[in-house]
Amino acid sequence: MIDPARRRAIVRDGVSIGLVTGAYGISFGAVAVAAGLSVAQACALSLLMFTGGSQFAMVGTIAGGGQPFAAVTTAVLLGVRNAFYGLQLASRLGLRGVRRLVGAQLVIDESAAMGATPDDPAEGRLGFWVTGGSVFALWNLATAAGAVGASALEDPGVLGLDVAGPAAFVALLGPRLRARRPWAVALSSAAVAVAVAPLVPAGVPVLVAAGVAVAAGLVRPGAPGVGDEVIGAAAVEHGPPPTDDGSGPDAGEGRP
Amino acid sequence: MWPAVLVASAGCYLLKVAGLSVPERWLADRRVQRVAGLLPVALLAALIGLQTITSGRAVVVDARLAGVAVAVVAQWRRAPFLVVVVAACATTAVLRALWG
Repeated sequence: MIDPARRRAIVRDGVSIGLVTGAYGISFGAVAVAAGLSVAQACALSLLMFTGGSQFAMVGTIAGGGQPFAAVTTAVLLGVRNAFYGLQLASRLGLRGVRRLVGAQLVIDESAAMGATPDDPAEGRLGFWVTGGSVFALWNLATAAGAVGASALEDPGVLGLDVAGPAAFVALLGPRLRARRPWAVALSSAAVAVAVAPLVPAGVPVLVAAGVAVAAGLVRPGAPGVGDEVIGAAAVEHGPPPTDDGSGPDAGEGRP
Repeated sequence: MWPAVLVASAGCYLLKVAGLSVPERWLADRRVQRVAGLLPVALLAALIGLQTITSGRAVVVDARLAGVAVAVVAQWRRAPFLVVVVAACATTAVLRALWG
């Protein structure tokens, strides 16, 4: 049973994420039409693909003159992470049959973060459905609005909407950085992805980053905590020292 | 363009279903648990880096970086999700208005 105050907080957070992502969806609709897709195609992507990173990668590839095959490959490669989110969520959600087929479409960055982060599985399930449902509804409405209004909102950059995505990812990533190993993985992943971006096709840098997580996860700590200490040493050199990262939600390794 | 839209959408959906459908015992392995926990961290961090300081395949530093920096500070100060994102967009928009 979820405490009523916690329940309200989870619902509020999930709907907030939906609202913010909706604003981002306006920019997707506008960008998609600017890339040469029809309003119907932009809306179909949000309805059927429903994973923002892949959608932006796909229309970005098309806008950059890429072949449809390259656009498809990029979108699907970027969507691989949703399979890993599902892997993490499966036992917690416990979906069967039609509910699994419906729930699967809602597995995205935002819902996975809200679903997997809480220690309490019931809170995670609530967070997953509220966030996934809110984002789905508002993302699709916003895509339609953005696509239709593309001429009015010719350059989403004027409103800074292109940083809505990364800023939302910052908010989703923060609570996961409670120990040194995640810090090290986050910093090295971002650095590696940016470093290889000029060298490989769009979509691949994100998979390289996934490789960093796999490598770090396969390193068995020699003793409880030791592995985290060793890997954490790299993070201290490249980023904020864990002792100084302060007061944020990421600070306490011994969170109550 | 429709075939590309539909094929890519189908691929992304099947990946989501596959993730939810693999045997539960796969998760019993401690290494799989560690990898599964670290993957979103790595992917979100990579997406932040890519969408903040790259444009397609080139590294580009512009007003986006300031916006995301504001988001990091806001998140560090435990600001609500909406504040984090709105502050980032507003920062980027204002800088662009000032300096084109």
